[in-house]
Amino acid sequence: MQQTKDVVIRFSGDSGDGMQLTGTLFSDTSALGGNSIATFPDFPAEIRAPQGTMAGVSGFQVHIGSEKVLTSGDYCDLLVAMNPVALRANRKWLKKGATVIVDADSFTEAAVKRAGFQTLDPFAELGIADYNIVRAPISSMTKDALAETGLDPKAANKCKNMFALGVCFCLYDMPLDHTENYLRRKFAKKPAVADANVLALKAGYNYASNTHIFTTTYQVPAAKLPKGTYRTISGNVAMAWGLMAASEKSGRPLFCGSYPITPATAILEELAKRKDLGVKTLQVEDEIAGICTAIGASFAGNMGVTTTSGPGLSLKSEALGLAVMTELPLVVIDVQRGGPSTGLPTKTEQADLYQALWGRNGECPLVVMAACTPSGCFDAAFRAAKIAMEHMTPVVLLSDGYIANGSEAWRIPSMNDYPEIHPPVVTERPDGGFLPYVRDEKRLARSWALPGSPGCEHRLGGLEKQDCVGCLSHDPQNHQKMVNLRAEKVARVADFIPEQEVYGDKSGDLLVVGWGGTFGQLRSAVDVMRQEGKHVSHCHFSYINPLPKGVEKIFSKFKKIVVCELNMGQFADYLRMNFQSFTYLQYNKVQGLPFTVAELTDCFRTLLDDNK
Amino acid sequence: MIRYTPQDFKSDQEVKWCPGCGNHFILNAVTKALPEVAEALNYQHQRFTFVSGIGCSSRFPYYVHTYGFHGIHGRAAAIATGVKVANPTLSVWEVTGDGDALAIGGNHFIHAIRRNIDINIMLFNNQIYGLTKGQYSPTSPLGKVTKTSPYGTVEHPFAPGEIVLGARGTFFARTIDVDVNLTKDCLVAAAKNDGASVVEILQNCVIFNDKAYDSFLNKEVREDMTIVLKHGEPMIFGKNRDKGLILDGLKLKVVKIGENGITRADILVHDATEPNPGIHMMLVNMKAPEMPVALGVIRAVKDHTYDDQVRDQLIEVRMRAKIFNMEQLLHSGETWEVK
Repeated sequence: MQQTKDVVIRFSGDSGDGMQLTGTLFSDTSALGGNSIATFPDFPAEIRAPQGTMAGVSGFQVHIGSEKVLTSGDYCDLLVAMNPVALRANRKWLKKGATVIVDADSFTEAAVKRAGFQTLDPFAELGIADYNIVRAPISSMTKDALAETGLDPKAANKCKNMFALGVCFCLYDMPLDHTENYLRRKFAKKPAVADANVLALKAGYNYASNTHIFTTTYQVPAAKLPKGTYRTISGNVAMAWGLMAASEKSGRPLFCGSYPITPATAILEELAKRKDLGVKTLQVEDEIAGICTAIGASFAGNMGVTTTSGPGLSLKSEALGLAVMTELPLVVIDVQRGGPSTGLPTKTEQADLYQALWGRNGECPLVVMAACTPSGCFDAAFRAAKIAMEHMTPVVLLSDGYIANGSEAWRIPSMNDYPEIHPPVVTERPDGGFLPYVRDEKRLARSWALPGSPGCEHRLGGLEKQDCVGCLSHDPQNHQKMVNLRAEKVARVADFIPEQEVYGDKSGDLLVVGWGGTFGQLRSAVDVMRQEGKHVSHCHFSYINPLPKGVEKIFSKFKKIVVCELNMGQFADYLRMNFQSFTYLQYNKVQGLPFTVAELTDCFRTLLDDNK
Repeated sequence: MIRYTPQDFKSDQEVKWCPGCGNHFILNAVTKALPEVAEALNYQHQRFTFVSGIGCSSRFPYYVHTYGFHGIHGRAAAIATGVKVANPTLSVWEVTGDGDALAIGGNHFIHAIRRNIDINIMLFNNQIYGLTKGQYSPTSPLGKVTKTSPYGTVEHPFAPGEIVLGARGTFFARTIDVDVNLTKDCLVAAAKNDGASVVEILQNCVIFNDKAYDSFLNKEVREDMTIVLKHGEPMIFGKNRDKGLILDGLKLKVVKIGENGITRADILVHDATEPNPGIHMMLVNMKAPEMPVALGVIRAVKDHTYDDQVRDQLIEVRMRAKIFNMEQLLHSGETWEVK
């Protein structure tokens, strides 16, 4: 057995082959064994695309390490391909010399041709004949293993993913008990199915172990992680929980009006489960109703939230303006996907930044933030809701398909570590005469008088309001004043957020700048450079509007600045607009995929070489 | 218990509708209705909340002294839904027009009705876009000449009542702007009905569509061309109270009491609470001059409301909950210790 620092494993098959579950069980087992983990599902937009075609390939990548892993990994050490097309689709993700386990039964002449191969030797054709190819007859061995269970062939065939998982557990010397327990729970009402799956799992493990299909097996030692209680969490679930945490701290009930949209839907689904904690969710008739019900709920004193992705944010634009004008707390979560239009619904991108910043009519500033990692979505959502309530402003919080669907091990925080939230709620004004647009001096936030409170009757709306009083006003000077006040209110949020930080040395040859969900890849790439002794630092933004203080001081200490983002340079342009004295180099990619650490380090090396 | 007067619901804002606009009558009816609603349902002043969209009608919240929210075009039903679910103790009133509710906001309108959320929807129908100065609306009659249909419209209008019944509405009433008492009665009935209660108010736009309803609402003919329906009472109308409605085969028919052996006993008795919408649909669709236009509460059927069910589900889930706070949730499911 050989010890290794980290491995990347990719499970791939037809959608419906259970690859997502297989990957999840593998990563959970690793995490329980003390490894640091990061995962990323790579699934098609279609639910059950035709079997054996490129459109139907569904994948799940797991990165496990004995040190903190920050990404789901660029290229894989092990690929499990359940059919020829899964092999073909994932060729590009193989490390040189990687191990490839295929279901040999699925490599029939017809299937190989259907997968688009020109010859009957797909391995030679893909140039991987000299890789460590394991041709395991997974389907037939699963069938044999389950022969005596009496399960019908179709149901038995569904267990082949567990057989494959058993093989992988053997290769990485991992225990089967977590998976067995999971299967017994999941199929508690169908014990025969549970038995069959467990049998297949063990058969796979024993097959690999007895027939010595692997010349070497590997072990990834437990990571040295900070003490504490851990769990795995995905970005979308963390997002939902962060909102709920803010609701608990503020005492304001949580209300989410939303419409299903990939890849944001899981937030609504998670919130819908949490009626035990008093969360109200409305799945409404469209995206516009999603934000409008949330605005109505905020007016009535709930923390209004709506969740969406790019096309939905487009539909919500007008109502966002209403929330800016009425100065109500609102959190809009945009889980970005490939665009424009319907674009690449299941793929990741960061190209909604302009839309979040400016996609509204009129002078319409609001707070824009970004979540950076799957577990980081918890803090990001908490802070977004805190700012929305304490500053009486809508906040757009940007996530993306990669961190939303990705998951990682998370040291569970204590709610005691989170700050109080004090929304400016008013519940009575016995003498009447409540003035809705009077502001507090520090934040310029107006008060939040809740309907139902005696003496606070007031009117809000999208028409321009007279300063303080809140009556309709078409007065030119008043409009100018209100525009200024709304802008200043948002700008002042900068007084209440942490100063911008830099990772690594405070000065050097190259500063890598990023924002949001590219954190893991950028930080990993910067670490690689630093281990090579290069003077490279990382400055990652989670607050976009307003920008935190201290940015110029950081930027001024580096010879070069490169802004890396999964769009054509939106944040780079935004920085040019805000801090004009610097030169911004760019590294951009719009392929629906996260950065790879390898391509980033290549880029950084080139930039450093140019210095010479 | 506090007794309110109409004065308690009048705002200090200058009312900016055109002189002679039907909206003035409606505002009058609302300020009269609210004290009655407050008394009947034991509501305090601060529970009343008005939500509107965009258009002449939607300026309404500024003119009543209650909580108010002037929204964006077409979205009043969605905003009102959020308000009601967030705080079910509020008495939520939506003010909307034929363009706001049936064109740009059609989707929210039907879904609010389908869900039977407990809000009162006042639909001011003047068959025209007033605030944008005279374009045809979804209720303008076929062939209507307006600024955007100089040769007449070539599209069929919506009948709001038909949409309400088609969307499985539990309450529909129709009234006319100038009949303040009838409007007030319809609004009080709407408030008493639990669910999405739609009151269509035939409203006259003096500037862009004057006398749109004159053919059956002018004083000369009104009593013969309209019928005010009352639950449990025979469907009798006319200046001389001698005309009535009977079911002739599958259709409603106007008959004269005393002619052809017809007596009062032959006249249909209005049942607003009948769940089957068949007769209600026929009543909604009666058109002058062949038939009298139906006014009053046409349908008022009991059914579960959306907000009640949201509340009940929250209570029910919490009764058997095992997780009571975030700290517990964070530690729920599979966790492990790193020492």
